[in-house]
Amino acid sequence: MNVQPTTNALQEKKYIRSNEPVFWGLFGAGGMLTAFLTPVMVLVTGLLIPLGIIDADHLSYDKLHGFASSWYGAAIILVLVALPLWHTLHRIFHSLHDLGIKRGRDWQQVICYGFAFAVSVFVFTLLLQMLTQ
Amino acid sequence: MSTQATHAQQAVVDKVIEIEILRYRPEQDEKPFPQGFEIPYHPDMSILEALQYIKDHLDSSVSFRWSCRMAICGSCGLMVNNIPKLGCKAFLRDYYPQKVTLEALANFPIERDLVVVMDDFIKKLEEIKPYIIPERDEKCLSEGTYQQTPEQMEKYAKFSMCINCGLCYSACPQYGLDKSFTGPAALALLARYNRDSRDAGSAERMKIVNQEQGVWSCTFVGYCSVVCPKGVDPAAAIQLLKVESSKDYLIGMFKPD
Repeated sequence: MNVQPTTNALQEKKYIRSNEPVFWGLFGAGGMLTAFLTPVMVLVTGLLIPLGIIDADHLSYDKLHGFASSWYGAAIILVLVALPLWHTLHRIFHSLHDLGIKRGRDWQQVICYGFAFAVSVFVFTLLLQMLTQ
Repeated sequence: MSTQATHAQQAVVDKVIEIEILRYRPEQDEKPFPQGFEIPYHPDMSILEALQYIKDHLDSSVSFRWSCRMAICGSCGLMVNNIPKLGCKAFLRDYYPQKVTLEALANFPIERDLVVVMDDFIKKLEEIKPYIIPERDEKCLSEGTYQQTPEQMEKYAKFSMCINCGLCYSACPQYGLDKSFTGPAALALLARYNRDSRDAGSAERMKIVNQEQGVWSCTFVGYCSVVCPKGVDPAAAIQLLKVESSKDYLIGMFKPD
């Protein structure tokens, strides 16, 4: 005689752990950076330099190239590009849900986080190239 | 003198406020429809009292839930001008002379008029094991009570004030989009027990928290905490649980269960 599997009501409920903590962590870190640094960047590049309060030479190509070619400069630029990017794409992914776009949630996730991942890797490779030149 | 007083009284009574109720009687109405009423306005009259006036004097068929009249029972939740409120805690003086629109709580199926079906909410409250799970349950009564310092109580007291009125579910856009979300009140209550020093059931409850339908359906809109009539702040409870869930995720990477 076959033993009947226990009925659904008696079965222990299956809990599936979400991978969201990874993306939420990157989202939080990126959001913090964006909130603190965007106003500073707007102030420096949008007001202080055009008004001549800060000498534009400080942000010349050679100076920035030199900064990006140092290991600490490269690390700072990678963090400044990658984290806000993960923040933005996480927000876009959840906004798609909020707008009621239910089709292809898996693909939405792959495209959103995939883009953030691809650009992060691209920037990392680029900076590494500049460092080892 | 007395005629003046009567006149003044008359003037107050003469003030009329318009109240529109979204009616739905499943046995005769195909879909909900608005019905207008005009009732005498008093500045100290609550929305719940206005409904009682309508039921007593104008239309006895209007259905709504209520019990305590003092924001303790959590029965009279409804949408007042599209904002989730307790009928007993919202007053006509805050709307007069404008019209007041009353509807059943959003995000819940309407059972009849202003009465909603709360089964899903109740099921979620039960699911999160809303009771103290002691470390060893063989502790004898003669051994005394589980003691707690004021600091230990402070950690969860705020999240224990919930009266299960459902206003936060009505306010939550994420619950509106996806009914599988555990939701604000249930997660706040879960946080209340997880944060209690006498409780040892955290590991069991974290399984609920860690799911997509647990804390991770929340996008921190925060409207739940705005509408809460008891100042529970479910949004904060959920954010704290997200941090706990992230820690749990890290531990789970090295120590899978």
